[in-house]
Amino acid sequence: MVKQILSPLPGTFYRRPAPDKPVYKEVGDSVSVGDVIGLIEVMKSFNEVTADQTGVITGFPADDEEPVMAGQPLVELG
Amino acid sequence: MAIRKLLVANRGEIAVRIIRAAQELGIKTVAVHSLADADSLAVKLADEAVPIGPPAAAKSYLKIEAILEAARLTKADAVHPGYGFLAENADFADAVEAAGMVWVGPKGDSIRVMGDKVAARIAAEAAGVPVVPGSDGRIDDPVQARAVALAIGFPVMIKAAAGGGGRGIRIAHDMEEFERLIPQASAEAKAAFGDGGLYMEKVIERARHIEVQVLGDGTRAVHCFERECSLQRRRQKVWEEAPSATLPQAMRERLCASAVALAAAVGYRGAGTLEYLYDDASGAFYFIEMNTRIQVEHPVTEMVTGIDLVREMIRIAGGEPLRFRQDDIRLKGHAIEVRICAEDPSKGFQPAPGTILALRVPGGAGVRFDTMLYQGCTVPPFYDSLLGKLIVWDEDRPSAIARMRRALGELAVEGLPTTRPLHLLLADDPAVAQADFHTRWLEPWLERNAHRLGETPE
Repeated sequence: MVKQILSPLPGTFYRRPAPDKPVYKEVGDSVSVGDVIGLIEVMKSFNEVTADQTGVITGFPADDEEPVMAGQPLVELG
Repeated sequence: MAIRKLLVANRGEIAVRIIRAAQELGIKTVAVHSLADADSLAVKLADEAVPIGPPAAAKSYLKIEAILEAARLTKADAVHPGYGFLAENADFADAVEAAGMVWVGPKGDSIRVMGDKVAARIAAEAAGVPVVPGSDGRIDDPVQARAVALAIGFPVMIKAAAGGGGRGIRIAHDMEEFERLIPQASAEAKAAFGDGGLYMEKVIERARHIEVQVLGDGTRAVHCFERECSLQRRRQKVWEEAPSATLPQAMRERLCASAVALAAAVGYRGAGTLEYLYDDASGAFYFIEMNTRIQVEHPVTEMVTGIDLVREMIRIAGGEPLRFRQDDIRLKGHAIEVRICAEDPSKGFQPAPGTILALRVPGGAGVRFDTMLYQGCTVPPFYDSLLGKLIVWDEDRPSAIARMRRALGELAVEGLPTTRPLHLLLADDPAVAQADFHTRWLEPWLERNAHRLGETPE
């Protein structure tokens, strides 16, 4: 089964800490538990999304700056 | 030009508020909305609705071209910006007028002057309105620094002229401490920013936030008395009142007169608010800034003066002269507003979007609930958390607090947590009953009372 990191909140998904900063993670990067993989903006407050499992990123099913629902996959891990 | 069709360039409770005012004036309304707000109350109440983009505000409510296109499409002849979003965007105001429409607000140039802190401070001083005493620019010479400190009075805040983010800030309570801190502050500023220049400002330790509502028609201006909004969390107002419970009458007259002087000096048109810090200890007040729009907490002023501020804004924008002389505007009773937000007070006020499963709205004498909610509506995660404002009026402040407690008891919102439990606790708090608070009162209170914010008192 594909391992996924899910959005803990509904809101807008951001893959970078600020518009002029590089993305937190790229496909091929390995992540450990606790690594920040992105931000969810909900009602003007920004919440860091951290990895709850370990693996190598194979894809981002959610696009940068797009709305996401709680429980929607943000990252796929191989 | 008499307005026939008003486009509301906003969302949420304020869009509903503006649509209601327009309808009462016989003006047709157009709601513009993002994809996330297609089923919003404002869209349901407006005569017409136009989608202007995806949920993100930057791609919808902040998109000037999309809003102007919606106005062209619907042949709207006026735009009301509400608060937030483009309300204080001078370029938007100019663009609306350039497109041949009426802008319900002050001229773009008034927004520019008052939106610039330095320009606003200069305009205030020119109109004789007191500003927070400070060094009026950078200071490099210790002798000059001492003279300025003595002139403005302790405690004094010393900041790096090139600074930001709180670095290089020192507070000196007397001259001895000042002498010790000046070289430190300068050295730190030099190390952090490569510039040892400093500036100084008086510290107002126990300040109340008091603001004056003004109305102007470009020629003449009046005030509608003050509001006190000292209960704040992270600089966001939480509980607002009119009038201020503690302002002596003579001080009220001086404060309100200063606001009218500034509004008149800049030829202000529409509704505006001048915000002040009021120092209980010394009885001094200081202008901080002017908001060139309708404010969230405007209903408390409406309740104590009987003036519909949003309606007056629309009338003035349509070319009518101000309908009131100062003597016509009387203060009656006391009003309180609390902000009902989709936040969980028991979890550090974490925002909580969702769906409203059930709603019971408070009613009865002296109660008003300005809201975007209806049963079954969704509260999207893309915008601020304000769901509505519960406003009460009564003949005096103790009765108004009792009425607020009663109205909060009636309010029931199911489907998501709200800030109602916070307001129930505040309504029972002895310090609130005495109006014994200031702008930094609420945050430590929240820490002390964190354990009680989880309960849902019934």
